[in-house]
Amino acid sequence: MASSFKIRKIAELLDARVVCGEQFVDNEINYAFASDLMSDVLTLESEQLVLITGLTNMQTVRTAEMADINCVVFVRGKKVTPEMIEVADENNTVLIECQYSMFRTIGVLFESGVNPIY
Amino acid sequence: MEFSYEVEGGNFAKAGNAASGVKKVLKQLNVDPKIIKRIVVALYEGEVNVVAHAYKGNVLVDIDTNRIYIKIVDEGPGIPDIDLAMQVGYSTASAMVREMGFGAGMGLPNMKRNADIIDITSKVGEGTVVELTTKLTS
Repeated sequence: MASSFKIRKIAELLDARVVCGEQFVDNEINYAFASDLMSDVLTLESEQLVLITGLTNMQTVRTAEMADINCVVFVRGKKVTPEMIEVADENNTVLIECQYSMFRTIGVLFESGVNPIY
Repeated sequence: MEFSYEVEGGNFAKAGNAASGVKKVLKQLNVDPKIIKRIVVALYEGEVNVVAHAYKGNVLVDIDTNRIYIKIVDEGPGIPDIDLAMQVGYSTASAMVREMGFGAGMGLPNMKRNADIIDITSKVGEGTVVELTTKLTS
């Protein structure tokens, strides 16, 4: 049985900043997936997923839109651009900036009980 | 209903405009979200292919009550060996495309997986036409 986490909790665990979609932080996520390759993200079938990535460009936000991903965590201190926020806003996507490395981010979430997809 | 979208070769900032537009229309038509996802993922991959490989392209979308038909036409280098291009992991993408999070040789196979029918025709030195047809009800 998958345990679910509020997006707010994810941000707290990672000591990270919600930069877009603050009004959706009480929505729940069931799984996490980490990748800088959007092609892999586009093959996933899971729902209520948080994507963890170091890839900061429009394609990340577009991929989230097409794949019905409602929360993206950008790791390694990467900054989200105003254009990305515009598209994310339109699609009710929560964007989070995190200072941790991808390894640490994943480690913290995994240890806290966030489920992998596979 | 018919819609048409232009796709610019090399312009990653606009890749996804067509898929985003189609997603909004399908949502308004109350199509099952799982079916919408298949359709827009396939179209988005197609747009990325045009941006990554061609000079310019056009997406034609035709929606009726039962199915969606999408025709992606580009002017570009064409695909010399379509069977090879359909193999997972085969890619001719540039380093720039890889920096954008694509170029792993998964686009066409993922389009095939997410469409009911896929037809690809291509002429080397002229361009490629990809046609996708998917039923709107399961």
